[in-house]
Amino acid sequence: MFTVFKKTKELEAKIDNFLDTILEAALEFKQGLKYYLAGDFEEFERRAKHVDKLEGQADRLRREIENMLYAEMLIPEARGDVLALLENSDDVLNIVADTIVEFSIERPEFLEEIDEQFMNLVDVSMQAVEEMVAAVRAYFKDIVSVRDHITKVMFFEKESDKIGEKIKRYLFGREDLRLSHRMHLRTFISYIQAIADKAEDIGDRVSIYAIKRLV
Amino acid sequence: MVWFYLISGLFLGWSLGANDAANVFGTAVATKMVKFKVAALIASIFVIVGATISGAGAAHTLGKLGSVNALGGAFTVALAAAVTVAWMTKLGLPVSTTQAIVGAIVGWDFFAGALVDTNALMKIVTTWVLNPILAGAFSFVLFKLVKAYLRSAKIHLLRIDLYTRLGLILIGAFGSYSLGANNIANVMGVFVASNPFTDINFMGLFRLTGTQVLFFIGGLAIAVGIYTYSYRVMKTVGSDIFKLSPIAALVVVLAESLVLFIFASQSLERLLIKLGLPTIPLVPVSSSQAVVGGVIGIAIARGGGKAINLKVLTRIFWGWIITPVTAAVISFFSLFFMKNVFQQQVFEPIPYKISKKVIQKLETLGLEDTTIESFEGKVYYNAWKLRADLKHNTTLSSHEVDMVIKYSEVDSLLIDSTIANEHLDPDWFTRSQLEAVKSLHGSIFEHRWELVDTLSKLTPEWRYKPKTRENRLYNKDLKAKYERLFFVFKLSRIRQLKEIETNEEGKP
Repeated sequence: MFTVFKKTKELEAKIDNFLDTILEAALEFKQGLKYYLAGDFEEFERRAKHVDKLEGQADRLRREIENMLYAEMLIPEARGDVLALLENSDDVLNIVADTIVEFSIERPEFLEEIDEQFMNLVDVSMQAVEEMVAAVRAYFKDIVSVRDHITKVMFFEKESDKIGEKIKRYLFGREDLRLSHRMHLRTFISYIQAIADKAEDIGDRVSIYAIKRLV
Repeated sequence: MVWFYLISGLFLGWSLGANDAANVFGTAVATKMVKFKVAALIASIFVIVGATISGAGAAHTLGKLGSVNALGGAFTVALAAAVTVAWMTKLGLPVSTTQAIVGAIVGWDFFAGALVDTNALMKIVTTWVLNPILAGAFSFVLFKLVKAYLRSAKIHLLRIDLYTRLGLILIGAFGSYSLGANNIANVMGVFVASNPFTDINFMGLFRLTGTQVLFFIGGLAIAVGIYTYSYRVMKTVGSDIFKLSPIAALVVVLAESLVLFIFASQSLERLLIKLGLPTIPLVPVSSSQAVVGGVIGIAIARGGGKAINLKVLTRIFWGWIITPVTAAVISFFSLFFMKNVFQQQVFEPIPYKISKKVIQKLETLGLEDTTIESFEGKVYYNAWKLRADLKHNTTLSSHEVDMVIKYSEVDSLLIDSTIANEHLDPDWFTRSQLEAVKSLHGSIFEHRWELVDTLSKLTPEWRYKPKTRENRLYNKDLKAKYERLFFVFKLSRIRQLKEIETNEEGKP
């Protein structure tokens, strides 16, 4: 009997850790890009490496959680949903990690005029991720507040769309820049937007899973 | 020989274990929330405990419906019920052991010429209707409460899962206990009046009455049913009938267990009497119908009235009619065969003798009708015939006719102080009660009321108190004590015991 309680506690802690890792990676990503735009590449690389490490860590945690859920035959009703949630949340982290690696490899040349707006875009997208993590957490613990978090996720995703579009329009209006340069920057803006998109995707899932649990 | 007769009851017990344990642990096992091994162990233990400790309440009502007083009859009645259950299951019709056994007993009543206690029958049928409704109401309320609680309590999904598992085990244990307590009457109830077992004393630590021994054996049969066959049934119950979330399943099982419990618990009845509340009749009810009621309750809680499946309701309704009627018919004809083809005694004829003292007694009770005097000295062996004759040839009302039948029933009792010492629990009977009984050593009473009259003259402790709310409990207890006396000092039973003793003495 005692081990059952212990195992449940352990698993709860693992899920929390997993979500913490995503959150930490998102914050680290934002911080890293700040250094990138400021030209401090050494610090940027250090942050990029940390994000990569967090990604590996989250993968491991996710697998452990999934194994435990199946081995102990826990939450038979919600197991499929929980698995989908964990895997999709992990996908967000993968996109974040991939994006920062792309920055490190391609070193896109940013323009001072869009720096602020780009940072805004990053900020809004990461907020979408933060709210998504909160929604997933709420799915486990506080089902009623899932809705509040999802509303925020959707808001930030829309904001990221708007800001992204604005930057892209500005870029492609700049005839003085090489097309290749414009396209290069556009790719990176799309990467950041994709993170918010994915976060919204998960938000949609959580809202459906939450309804299932409330019924 | 005794064991041979018990076989049909044990068979009924086996099928009860195979089928009805699934109503308690079905979803838990089918959803893999609880392992079958764990479920089977818990169900078996608690069914046996429930049957032995508190099986008497519901059995008493069944006994009232018809006290099958010969082993051969009890065998046939239980067999008729078992055959009905097996047959209807094969046809895919809804069936419950409870309804089958009641029908079979009524069939015996008809065959033996015993009167059907319409009060008891009405009580039983009412509870059948009440059972799913009550289960539905319980599960509706419980589900709403649980849902509201879970919304506000902010418990982690995994923790809810853990609590649900523990809940399924705990409530499963409670449900099994209630199932045993409530439904043992179906399995062994018909054998009570012709019970071959005597009391067993376990080194002075605790004692089991003969009835409890009988119920314990019935409980064992149920446990065998659980272990050998219930896994399959659990699989189908869990996935076919209700596809509910584990929490909803937990609520359904709790509602079902509560209903089975309140229709079986004598302690609850005592509590209700003490509080001056109306009591719930103690009657065996169908666990399957309680589950269906519980599921409907959840459906309403979720989606309103639209969720009720009319088909399910009609199935339940037909179960109330088809099953008992079929069982009654089968029982009647098998009794006929047992008696006339196999030459077995299926009932002990009860004589009704309208003697002078009976008429005098009836007069003191306010029955002043001279038309009955033409019956003086007549003896009947069939209550139906007596009733018909009384209705025809006297001006008595039907209530008065019933009184005549009750007071003319011959139930020869022989008071024996050694038997009193052995079979009357000194912790239950008071000292002066026991002394009064023993002082009558050697006396024979033709009618039950004669013993009651004699004892009440000897000591006030054998007297019924006026019928007020406060006295209900006392009178009920006193009535149970009298019932015990009637059972223990029954002449035919004492003869049987003496025969067993002499047989044992004759052995080398």
